[in-house]
Amino acid sequence: MRALVSAVYLFLYAPIALVVLFSFNAGRNASEFTGFSAAWYAKAFSNTFLIQALQNSLIIAFTSATLAAVFGTMAALAIERMGPRMRVVFDGLFAAAIVVPGVVIGIATLVALAAVFSVLNPAVASLWPGDSPPQFGLGYASIIAAHGLFSMAVVTMIVRARIASLGRDIVEASGDLYATPWGTFRQVVLPQIMPSILAGFLLAFTFSFDDFIVAFFVAGSKSTLPIYVFASIRRGVTPEVNAVATTVLVASLFLIFAARLLMREKSRTGQGDT
Amino acid sequence: MGYIPCGLHFDRLLSFTVAAGGSDGVADTVTETGAHDVEFRSVSKRYGDVVAVANVDLAIPKGAFVALLGPSGCGKTTCLRMIGGFEQPSQGTVSIDGRPMNGVPPYRRPVNMVFQHYALFPHLDVEANVSYGLRQMRPRIDRREVARRTAEALELVRLGGFAGRRIHEMSGGQQQRVALARAIVNRPAVLLLDEPLAALDRKLRTAMQIELQSLQRELGITFLLVTHDQEEALSMSDLVCVMNAGQVIQMAPPQEVYDRPGTLFVADFVGKTNRLPGVVEAGGGVLRLADGRRLSVASPAPGPVTAILRPEAIGIVQGEGGHDGLPGTVTHRIFLGNSVEYAVAADGLGEMLVTVDRGGAHRLVQPGDRVTLRFSPESLLVFST
Repeated sequence: MRALVSAVYLFLYAPIALVVLFSFNAGRNASEFTGFSAAWYAKAFSNTFLIQALQNSLIIAFTSATLAAVFGTMAALAIERMGPRMRVVFDGLFAAAIVVPGVVIGIATLVALAAVFSVLNPAVASLWPGDSPPQFGLGYASIIAAHGLFSMAVVTMIVRARIASLGRDIVEASGDLYATPWGTFRQVVLPQIMPSILAGFLLAFTFSFDDFIVAFFVAGSKSTLPIYVFASIRRGVTPEVNAVATTVLVASLFLIFAARLLMREKSRTGQGDT
Repeated sequence: MGYIPCGLHFDRLLSFTVAAGGSDGVADTVTETGAHDVEFRSVSKRYGDVVAVANVDLAIPKGAFVALLGPSGCGKTTCLRMIGGFEQPSQGTVSIDGRPMNGVPPYRRPVNMVFQHYALFPHLDVEANVSYGLRQMRPRIDRREVARRTAEALELVRLGGFAGRRIHEMSGGQQQRVALARAIVNRPAVLLLDEPLAALDRKLRTAMQIELQSLQRELGITFLLVTHDQEEALSMSDLVCVMNAGQVIQMAPPQEVYDRPGTLFVADFVGKTNRLPGVVEAGGGVLRLADGRRLSVASPAPGPVTAILRPEAIGIVQGEGGHDGLPGTVTHRIFLGNSVEYAVAADGLGEMLVTVDRGGAHRLVQPGDRVTLRFSPESLLVFST
């Protein structure tokens, strides 16, 4: 039994460990370790295509996570005010959105966007006063939209859990103490749910930054970091790719760790009796 | 702490007429004098098919300490929440200080509430919690003034040195006082207290009862306390308003509620009782108990009745003692220190509860002993059933 567990962990983590190890390989060959070097990191970060892809990924992750945090929080607040029957329905819909496979989200988003563009572009063209009407197509916006929608469900779930544990009491107490609904939100609700919103933002950022499947469907000509990595390994796994993967790994771990920390922090202070 | 003798308060209170349960004329005259802080006029509250509050008329005199007393689900908390503005009446009008409050949100009402579980803001320290209300006021109150009044309120609840503490560093009793300070610092017209002592242990509760009472005397603010604990209601308030099934059953000073309960329910709910079913014979004046015994009573209407006898109105004597007492056998004895409680199986009448004060050199009776119970017929409270 113990051997089996060890084997599972070995198969799970050995490849990742190898990627990290070989990112520091001095040699060019990906199968033998010939010495320690950070040269591949230098090479990776001087590759303009890679830098461009990284920049795209960061912009998309930041924008989609911000949108997800804002709209996800708004959705969570709205669900909290619904009647119990509607609330169950919407909670279920958000939970379902999270388990929908990436492939399905990718195809669905692509089909939906294609349909929108096929109506929108001719319509804009017919109304456009000048000669060259703008053409809407796949790119930044479409990836941000696809990521943002998915991440919004994640943020909503996290913030919802926090709001539900807040209790009606302190909101009523704030109203009783002459605070307007907006004043109550700003002074009581927001400070209490802020850690959850931040945690949701970080998870959304991580998801978007790491996502390959959804982005691949709707990216158009734009390239994100995972798409670039995927494209480049067709020419063989180089230590440069290992270096990129290791960077992404460390960044993701850091973000998820921070998110966990935020979620734990708030649940601890939320108890109020430690 | 300033202490005002009870009698003084009652003189003041008795000059107001209390409208409870549908005497509309009285309520009208009282509004004109502006003597009431809170007034309910035929207020009902329904949740779907459930009626939480049914056509309640209620007038809370200015400066009084009033307890809304009743079993859980009797509508007392709903009444309190309608005053606070957290619920809107389905019918009727709630007025505060003579102004109808229908549709006015909580943050525009001159009342403050002490919540059952305190509802303190966990992300703010004690001082920020207490000053919260003052900081919401528009036009803004000068910052030094806010600090001064906050310190004053904390001093009043004896939390002078705790301004910088976090809420979760405070004990239950201290949190309770923060909640109190947070409400009274705003000098509301009415302070609403929703079972504020329920979460405290017995000793702390007694201490807080005394503290609340003297605080109310000192501030002169109307206190409206919701409780299901009759002892709490009787000990603290100037007026007790007994509620059941969404209706006000009786509103009177504590002694009157206890000594002259308006209904069987009030008699039962406020204090311990012995129930003696019987019949008032035609012509009136004579009550026949279940064992055939006849007692002369001042009950008006002939017919089936329930007579109520308080445990402390009964005397207990060892042995069978002649014709005028109730013979019985002691089944249990509970020693309470300053008093003794006996359960006695009275022949033909069932179990009776007897409380004897030990001050009068009472000789303890043992379970199993034959005894005679004595009481004067005037101490019987007779209700038609």
